[in-house]
Amino acid sequence: MQVSLKWLKDYIDLNLSTEELANYLTMAGLEVDSINKLGEGISKVVSGEILEVKPHPNADKLVVCAVNVGQENAPLTIVTGAPNVRPGMKVPVAIVGAKLPDGPQIKKAVFRGIESYGMLCSAQELGIDPTGLPAEEREGIMSLPPSTPLGIPIQEVLGLDDEVLELELTPNRSDCLGMINIAREIGALTSASLKLPKISHEGNNDVIDQMASVEIVDSDLCRRYVARIIKDVKIEPSPLWLQQRLQAAGMRSINNIVDVTNFVMLEMGQPLHAFDYDKLEEHKIIVRRAKENETIVTLDGIQRKLDKDMLIIADATKPVAIAGVMGGFDTEVTSETNTILLESAFFEGASIRKTSRKLGLRSEASSRFEKGINLDGSLEAINRAVDLIEELGAGVAVPGKIDVFPSKPEKVVIKFRPSRANYILGTDISSQQMLKYFKSLSFECVQENNDLFLVTVPSYRRDITLEIDLVEEIARLYGYSNIPTTLPQSTMTQSKKTSIQALEEKVKNTLVGMGMKEIITYSFIGSKSFDKLRLKDSHPWRNCIEIKNPLSDDQNVMRTTLIPGLMEIASKNIHRRQLNLCLFESGNVFIPQGSNHLPLEEPHIAALVTGGLGKAWNTSFEKFDFYYLKGVLEQLFSQLNQGNINFIPTKNYSSFHPGRTAEIVINDEVIGVIGEIHPLVLEEYDVDQKIWLFELNLSPLLSGFSKIKEFEPLPKYPPVERDMAIIVPEQVITSQVDQKIAAVGGKYLIQYHLFDIYRGEQIPKGFKSMAYNMIYQAQDRTLTDKEVSDIHNRIQQELQASFGAKLR
Amino acid sequence: MREELLKIQEQGSVELNNAQSLEELNQLRIKYLGKKGLLTQVLRGMGSLEASERPIVGQLANEIRDSLEQCLAAKNKYLQEKALLLRLEEEVIDVTLPGRPIKFGNKHPLTLILEEIKGIFTGMGFTVADGPEVELDYYNFEALNIPKDHPARDMQDSFYITDEILLRTHTSPVQARVMQAMTPELPVKIIAPGKVFRRDDDATHSPMFHQVEGLLVDNKITFADLKGTLLSFVRQMFGSDRQIRLRPSYFPFTEPSAEVDVSCFNCGGQGCRVCKDTGWIEILGSGMVHPNVLQMSGYNPEQVTGFAFGMGVERIAMLKYGIDDLRLLFENDVRFLSQF
Repeated sequence: MQVSLKWLKDYIDLNLSTEELANYLTMAGLEVDSINKLGEGISKVVSGEILEVKPHPNADKLVVCAVNVGQENAPLTIVTGAPNVRPGMKVPVAIVGAKLPDGPQIKKAVFRGIESYGMLCSAQELGIDPTGLPAEEREGIMSLPPSTPLGIPIQEVLGLDDEVLELELTPNRSDCLGMINIAREIGALTSASLKLPKISHEGNNDVIDQMASVEIVDSDLCRRYVARIIKDVKIEPSPLWLQQRLQAAGMRSINNIVDVTNFVMLEMGQPLHAFDYDKLEEHKIIVRRAKENETIVTLDGIQRKLDKDMLIIADATKPVAIAGVMGGFDTEVTSETNTILLESAFFEGASIRKTSRKLGLRSEASSRFEKGINLDGSLEAINRAVDLIEELGAGVAVPGKIDVFPSKPEKVVIKFRPSRANYILGTDISSQQMLKYFKSLSFECVQENNDLFLVTVPSYRRDITLEIDLVEEIARLYGYSNIPTTLPQSTMTQSKKTSIQALEEKVKNTLVGMGMKEIITYSFIGSKSFDKLRLKDSHPWRNCIEIKNPLSDDQNVMRTTLIPGLMEIASKNIHRRQLNLCLFESGNVFIPQGSNHLPLEEPHIAALVTGGLGKAWNTSFEKFDFYYLKGVLEQLFSQLNQGNINFIPTKNYSSFHPGRTAEIVINDEVIGVIGEIHPLVLEEYDVDQKIWLFELNLSPLLSGFSKIKEFEPLPKYPPVERDMAIIVPEQVITSQVDQKIAAVGGKYLIQYHLFDIYRGEQIPKGFKSMAYNMIYQAQDRTLTDKEVSDIHNRIQQELQASFGAKLR
Repeated sequence: MREELLKIQEQGSVELNNAQSLEELNQLRIKYLGKKGLLTQVLRGMGSLEASERPIVGQLANEIRDSLEQCLAAKNKYLQEKALLLRLEEEVIDVTLPGRPIKFGNKHPLTLILEEIKGIFTGMGFTVADGPEVELDYYNFEALNIPKDHPARDMQDSFYITDEILLRTHTSPVQARVMQAMTPELPVKIIAPGKVFRRDDDATHSPMFHQVEGLLVDNKITFADLKGTLLSFVRQMFGSDRQIRLRPSYFPFTEPSAEVDVSCFNCGGQGCRVCKDTGWIEILGSGMVHPNVLQMSGYNPEQVTGFAFGMGVERIAMLKYGIDDLRLLFENDVRFLSQF
């Protein structure tokens, strides 16, 4: 809402600076977003009249004007290049010594041999938004109304001696979409006295009842409809004061009748509409829902298809307006119009909101209906408009009104306890003070007893229905800054985190400790991602939650895997020449549970490496590979206190390299996958370097993570270390050998690890040599050489039996 | 014999003193003091001396041995020190060369801010609660006093899954969920960090962003307590000399409602680019829990009161780190991530 201070002063005596006023409003919940000082930086610009326009003798594109600026002396000679100047035109003239907002001082200048004593101004040069102007004035010199006196400072002529507050209103304060209610609010805050306009009574209804009728068919959507008629209408441009008021509020002047309806809307918050009375079939107004496939051509000349959820105004035969949204073209007020029917109605916000959304039409009127207007204000507003029309000489009022008001609302009376207000606010405000606050807001207040008021709220404050709403009014007027600052006197509490929160934190800390960078991507992805990942149609990841109204195809489903997010980010970084990446993301994936149920939100972790560790002066470039990432994952499991993890080779993941991928299994449950991304998937993401990636579900790790570690006593007896190198066929995989060693080694084999894999000389093709280091130890004694040898040999024999392993 | 001994002493001490290396010194030790050394050789001839001479010569020999050993020890110490100095000199390295690259990663700046916020509130006894990102319309709106067709729904354009299921537009539904699960237990004292979604995508809006919700419901919780709690948070988050300012505002689920500004931490309140010359920066929304919300969640608003607040994590991260473009937070350029 744009609030012109000049206009505001019509309703209230203000003796505050603009900044003080803005601060009052902001601190009372009517946030002032900005203060626009119109005409700031303009001096010595006056109204003038062009007497004569002559071509410039030495330049085709320039003309020489004689301009009367109202002084006794001779007209000024001014050279201009503007195309739209003509004799008789009244224009803003910057005379020698003038200043414009964004320009230097105007000086006497010589243009191709002719002296020029000033400059004719465009709207933009005066800091005025030119959008509302006729086309030629948007490009050229601004024209002033023919009635403008000469030599008057342009600020006065154009109403630029004004400041405009831009109010950012919260949805509950739609009452402040009217100047008068803003004035009331300021009155309550500052005790300044109000000067409200006098509005005449409409007179008796004998005549109007003969002239027109109004019927509300759908009273659920239209709770009141007031009509009045004006005859002998003279459509003319509005007087300057009216134009200026509208302009300061950001609206365009159209003609006297339309301008009055807009003026009253801005003044009182009630949208009005004027119909050409003679074009209303049978002079009937019927408020009803549209019929399926009915159409209307709206004011903007566009034919609109209506549906049965839209409320319209119809005459006896056809729709003449989309209620509260836009009038019809056929019944528009034009220069031919003799008689008008004015409408002041209350339409239900929700319905207007739906209709205006469906049609993509929003207007000052529709947004006021949406937020809710004053049901009791319709008659006052229409009478005000009629007064103004008569005042302007734009028409003659037909006495009487038609006021269809099917169910008048009860007055809202709220029980209010001052003690309750103090209890909630933590204040100690006296009842008398509270009483004063209510009075200043024009709330009627009856004091039942010491701690009970009966408060009647004016109908324009639709936001107040409960005691708590009154508590807020007290807090606002008392001032939030005057409320004390204390800490809660509450029971001691222990702050807790869920175990999954703790687990996620640990995961992040561990991965960051290993050099990984955390990324955060959107929880929605494009369903195309599933194709890019080469997922089969039956792949479970394709079973996902779809968004009905996505912003784009790249964000149309909830993710079922973190891989697309990581791949997109890796690809983007690689294209920015960041070739060595260690990334991870921790976040939920969404698994559908049927359309009536919320999805299962599973916490996942996924990580990716590509490129390698950069070369330093004393290290060489270390290329990443599968085993680097697996090392990261194994360390992560170790930090999370996880045992019994297996990596099972798999070819079931079409996004991954079939020979370089493993399912991650913990206690026989598959919890994730690790592998090299399939070359065709890399191509889809336009990446030409290898990427390794793992993703896993965190929930199955919870039980291990939550377990408290148990101390093992340090060994008292010396360990015996033995190595064993065996030659096995290539297809024997390490996990098989490991399992066998562990099983045979028993409790005395406390540790074993593979320290070398060798292929080449001395090893037959199709075989590999695996070298293990084993440590034998007992908790209760020193193992004898024989005991160790027995176990060691048994392991070797078993490996031979199972895998044909030979000692190397 | 006496002369021989004195000669050994004289010659020995000169040679020992002239020794250039530890090896040479060792050679000389063997030459003079070894089992077959000169001194021993001379002493073998003791038998030929007269009995009365023997003790005198013996004493002399011992004195000479002591003297040579002292000489040897001194020289040995000297040479040792010299050798060490030499070694240390040879071992000089360029300590200005960079260290071995030890890799450490980075948490996302939003995670860092979230952790900081969580840390502050858990320090004040708040429990960290979670709620689903895909939420029922009921919890996202209705239980928060936002019935269907309420104009406040316009403030938050939503992504819908079905008519009844949507992506939560704020973390506030966690309020209703937690209260409904806890009623009639008191106090309800939680924060709820998480992802939220709105249909907006431009330079200053991201369709997904993060919020932290806070809720304290108990006997006798006042608006003054809300002010105190937020002041404490702001000072821990932005510095101990910060002030806060509460302005009336509107949220359907709180009443009275307040927008909270913090005094600009860039200029200290004088007015600058960061605070748009106002001296204040808006950082969160808050208010007293609306009685309808308490009622719907199973608490009697006549008996308990509470406050709630909600803040945007992106905004706080941008303010705190001076990030000037929201989109950087979701582009995940590693050159950006590496800075935190």
